[in-house]
Amino acid sequence: MIERTTDILFCGTGGQGILKASEICAVAAMLSGFHSKKTEVHGMAQRGGSVESHVRYGKKVFSPLTLPGGVDFLVPLDLSESEKMSRELKKTGKNLVEYLKISGELLENGFFLNTFMVGALSKYLSLSEKNWVKAVRQVFDGKHLDANIEVFMKGRDAVI
Amino acid sequence: MKKSVPRISSLLSGDEALAQGAYEAGVKIAASYPGTPATEIMEYMAGFDEVDCQWSVNEKVAYEVAYSGAVAGVRTLFSAKHVGLNVAMDSIMTSAYTGINAGFVVVTCDEPGLHSSQNEQDNRLLARIAKLPLLEPSSPSEAKELVIKAFEISEKFDTPVILRLTTRIAHTKENVVLGKRREPQNKHYHPCFEKYVMVPKNAGARHIELEERLVRLKRYSEVSRLNSVEMGDRKTGFIAAGVSYLYAKEMYPNASFLKLGMSYPFPEEKIRDFVKKVRTVHVIEELEPFIEEQCKIAGIKIRTKDPSFRTGELRPEYIPLIVSGKKKNVPSKPSRKPVLCPGCSHRPLFWILNKLKLNVAGDIGCYTLGASAPLSALHTCLCMGSGDTILEGFTKVLGRNVVGVIGDSTFVHSGITGLINLAYNKTNAVLIILDNSTTGMTGSQPHPATGITIKGEKTKKLILEDVCKAAGADNVDVIDPFRIKDLEALIKKRIGEDKLSVIISRYPCRLVDRRKNAAPIFVQDKCKKCGLCLKIDCPSVMKQTDGYVSIDRTTCVGCNLCVDVCPFGAIIKND
Repeated sequence: MIERTTDILFCGTGGQGILKASEICAVAAMLSGFHSKKTEVHGMAQRGGSVESHVRYGKKVFSPLTLPGGVDFLVPLDLSESEKMSRELKKTGKNLVEYLKISGELLENGFFLNTFMVGALSKYLSLSEKNWVKAVRQVFDGKHLDANIEVFMKGRDAVI
Repeated sequence: MKKSVPRISSLLSGDEALAQGAYEAGVKIAASYPGTPATEIMEYMAGFDEVDCQWSVNEKVAYEVAYSGAVAGVRTLFSAKHVGLNVAMDSIMTSAYTGINAGFVVVTCDEPGLHSSQNEQDNRLLARIAKLPLLEPSSPSEAKELVIKAFEISEKFDTPVILRLTTRIAHTKENVVLGKRREPQNKHYHPCFEKYVMVPKNAGARHIELEERLVRLKRYSEVSRLNSVEMGDRKTGFIAAGVSYLYAKEMYPNASFLKLGMSYPFPEEKIRDFVKKVRTVHVIEELEPFIEEQCKIAGIKIRTKDPSFRTGELRPEYIPLIVSGKKKNVPSKPSRKPVLCPGCSHRPLFWILNKLKLNVAGDIGCYTLGASAPLSALHTCLCMGSGDTILEGFTKVLGRNVVGVIGDSTFVHSGITGLINLAYNKTNAVLIILDNSTTGMTGSQPHPATGITIKGEKTKKLILEDVCKAAGADNVDVIDPFRIKDLEALIKKRIGEDKLSVIISRYPCRLVDRRKNAAPIFVQDKCKKCGLCLKIDCPSVMKQTDGYVSIDRTTCVGCNLCVDVCPFGAIIKND
């Protein structure tokens, strides 16, 4: 039997930073020694269209796409997309929409919502904090780096 | 900028891994035109100082630049999206006859599911038409390995080699181990009339050589490890290539597999042998029945998919349906309508075209989004460079109630010939160039009229006004589309004349020039709920449940088009 993978689905709309969020997760898994795959599904609009990004990691990953009803964690950046995509979750899967709902109170102007949600997700996965922070650094590459690390930790601390 | 080579893996997309592999194989010239999902190949390549790479004017030009570099003696690469190969097809067909000298790899990125394309053609069929060997990696790390292999095959058999990615490989990232660049010695070029001058007598002889080469390639395909057998459970087996292999493996990890890394020429004997060893063998493939037909021609007994699976992107959950012979019955997911960005300079133009109720011949780019309601101001989208040619046909039949629209990058790609044709064939019409000074839809790549190269260097800038005049336009006007009253008057004036006119509607793409003005202010007392401001289809102007609107301050860039269209002064500028 194939060892099972951890499957995460990010969803939202174009311009929200879905791809950056999923990239942080995929890099953190890679840095932790896993085979990590990340793939995106989006349309032709540069801004505003539906975007989904799938991350799967484990000892060996075949399909880059997650399976319907096979997702362990849903990370929504938009409420209506969250409703639409929740059917992709496993019965035992976790929708992180509660952190989207409290993000307004914790983030100034909703900036870096993507990083905040990754922070919340990070608490549910068994990857080390060191690798997460390293992944955030790698993906943001100097651009608003300190602010993003701060928001990432905010998201992480939001999970009790 | 030079890419550092880390010792550990990097998380690379299929496009990036392919470019990395070509770099390691010593590629010296690489050429392409932007197109989803192939764009990132050349963007990644541009980071290597050792590679002379370019955005070419179009795919035909790119192909010939790369081809001739290989003939002259260095390893070269051409890449394009699937429909880009159509543009280069004339050169592709005959380059199969001449062969090359140093290695030449032709990358096609097909788009099953047409996420951002006008069709979902399967370019494996083009490999067969052109009689060129075809390699199909299934993942980014394989894309890197196979492009290196493709250069070897190209040189060993003196042929261009087609390497096919699909969106699901091009836009998937995974761990990829980076290697060092090995630059082979340049091959000696010597003029050869019989090989490189395709006049009928020589081409006839080269055709014979091409057929003989195919026989040699078939022998190679039969023994190559690119086509590999993984024996598992002997009751169920799969023949698959590309990402289809990974989907089958995901769903049936214990089955037997024949994975085709080189699917043309077809390894008939290897397949026959595999089928003998396994009780039931299924062919799993996206789009066309390419492997299926070749099996059937060879009289090999295989199970195939229902024809309903010939359209759209394959997904892992479809594999059991295919195996059980079922029809595709997948409810389509609701998805958001794609819209022009807030502040997009195409919006005021489409607003006017809608208002004037014109027939609009369209083209391919972000501005194709102007076709959907409520703007509904673009009525055709066929292929690159068709804005002005469809304008000609429409004008001949429908009269002067027609305009053509074409983007700046698209005009340079293949619209200039259409404008010359309008002039030469005495057609009076109005062509509007939507000049946002970038290749927008593929993510802001430069082109000749921007005066910037792929490496970000300054170069000679193509002046669109001069090109249009030289092509034969009687009038060439340049206008800022946010001056909507002037724009409307100008279009009306030019349509009324018996002249060939070009209007260049010029304003930079908001994703390139990110300057913002303050969002306008909504004054509820003055609003009559007429809904005109919603008809500009701006994502920042949002209808509220009470029928009034609100302006989303975080996404609004302050273009003030909603201020200009409101007849009651209910939206005011915020200076």
